[in-house]
Amino acid sequence: MFHRHPVGAGAPAPLQTFDPQAVRAQFPIFREPRARPLVYLDSAATSQKPDAVLQAMGRYYSSFNANIHRGIYQIAEEATAAYEDSRRRVARFIHAASPREVVFTRNSTEALNLVAHSWGRSRLEAGDAIVLTVMEHHSNLVPWQLLASERGIELRFIPVTEGGELDLATLPKLLADGRAKLVSVVHISNVLGTVNPIPEIARQAHAAGAVMVVDASQSVPHCSVDVQALGADFVAFTGHKMLGPTGIGVLWGRRSLLEVMPPFLGGGEMIREVKLTGSKWNDLPWKFEAGTMPIAEVVGLGAAVDYLESLGMEAVFTHDRELVAYAMERLREVPDLEILGPPADRRGGVVAFTLDHIHPHDVATVLDADGVAVRAGHHCAMPLHERFGIPATARASFYCYTLPQEIDALVKGLHRARQVFAR
Amino acid sequence: MSGFEDLYRENILDHYRNPRNQGTLESPDITYEDANPLCGDLIRMDFKLKDGTIEQVCFSGHGCAISQASASMLCELVEGMPLEEAKKIGREDVLEMLGIELGPVRLKCALLALKTLKAGVYGIQQWPGEEEESTR
Repeated sequence: MFHRHPVGAGAPAPLQTFDPQAVRAQFPIFREPRARPLVYLDSAATSQKPDAVLQAMGRYYSSFNANIHRGIYQIAEEATAAYEDSRRRVARFIHAASPREVVFTRNSTEALNLVAHSWGRSRLEAGDAIVLTVMEHHSNLVPWQLLASERGIELRFIPVTEGGELDLATLPKLLADGRAKLVSVVHISNVLGTVNPIPEIARQAHAAGAVMVVDASQSVPHCSVDVQALGADFVAFTGHKMLGPTGIGVLWGRRSLLEVMPPFLGGGEMIREVKLTGSKWNDLPWKFEAGTMPIAEVVGLGAAVDYLESLGMEAVFTHDRELVAYAMERLREVPDLEILGPPADRRGGVVAFTLDHIHPHDVATVLDADGVAVRAGHHCAMPLHERFGIPATARASFYCYTLPQEIDALVKGLHRARQVFAR
Repeated sequence: MSGFEDLYRENILDHYRNPRNQGTLESPDITYEDANPLCGDLIRMDFKLKDGTIEQVCFSGHGCAISQASASMLCELVEGMPLEEAKKIGREDVLEMLGIELGPVRLKCALLALKTLKAGVYGIQQWPGEEEESTR
């Protein structure tokens, strides 16, 4: 299941043992003096940032701030080199065939919108179908809904089982009539933590003549992802969930597909030649990078990739899995608590749950009083919550800096919430 | 950030545990439902009117303690109140009733019932929507 696709491309596991305390010491937010220590259990929403990322961004602004790709002077060349160097690092990190397949976007949402707008509007027509799943984040639903209503395209959905996994027995039927031209699936669910078997889904999608899109927002930050081994055609992820800054995301696409796609946004930088009534497009990937890009954020993302590689993605994922196993064991001690999703050995570092009749907002507020930060709500996955017949859940999510004693603090707070709201 | 004891004062927990006017009315004169898309809180209010006065009011739905308590308090406040007077209730009145400091996210929870009430008594077409558009 999961272990089929993370391919480390021969990268050896780091020799030193993984020490979350030492990792934590490199994150300034945890060094900040405060009345209660920060227990940050919301990394699935956004991750904290290590010194290395903040320093890299600061260095760009203070030492070589200049626009990229145009200036002939030295700092402009330094900025261009740093920007394109980050692209190469990202390409290596996800095992892309070439840095030209790495397009910088604002976030995963923009990356998915790029595919819907550029690939979708040039390739899909009325009567075609798009296959999605019930566990998608809104960012992998709404762009396709917009396209579907504009073009008269049918949306089809792989259902989610009671146990929080995709009901893949339905997939052959969804693909059978050959009308499905695109399949888009989340790699790791941001609510259930479920790790979906992308290579198998991609195999079926390709056999039916559909392209495969993967929302990897929760997987690229947490485990080794090899975009080629996944069998995907497009993969979207975002920088701020992987120790990098906000405002920078990535669309990886197969070069053969990207080459023939029309641009997404028009403007400077994405053109080769502009005449008053028409233009020729720039080469990949710049064809898709219109206007001045967030240069500092790209530099920061490159530093985040370096930092994650220094920890080793196998170690990062093992740590997530140990934490989620521990969390699920401890959460079982809390009466009337129900966990959504599969067992610990089939999920990433995310646990969403309900606690008796208590609204998740109230749970989160009581926890906040102890400095414990969790997310409460529908986590941008309303259809998934509807599937389980609940309006909202509370969610704890983990990362390389999370400690087991933070899960103890969570459990203690949940017992307290039960007392406060006892009826 | 305040402790939860400040946020869940006894009066709020009391309304949350023993909501007043909870339920629905049969053939109400006005019924209105609104939701907070961020957290999935949902409140419906039913009104029975007599001679320009709110003779009976009920709320139903689901949500956090703050949203449910403020709906309960508002129902208690407006029952028997002339419609014109109910239109004048503002966010400050609700916050005063709750008696707590709220951050921007929980403020939405606290004011959902007021939004439902105002849209209901004004009729959504005429409602000026000042709670949503306040810059304060």
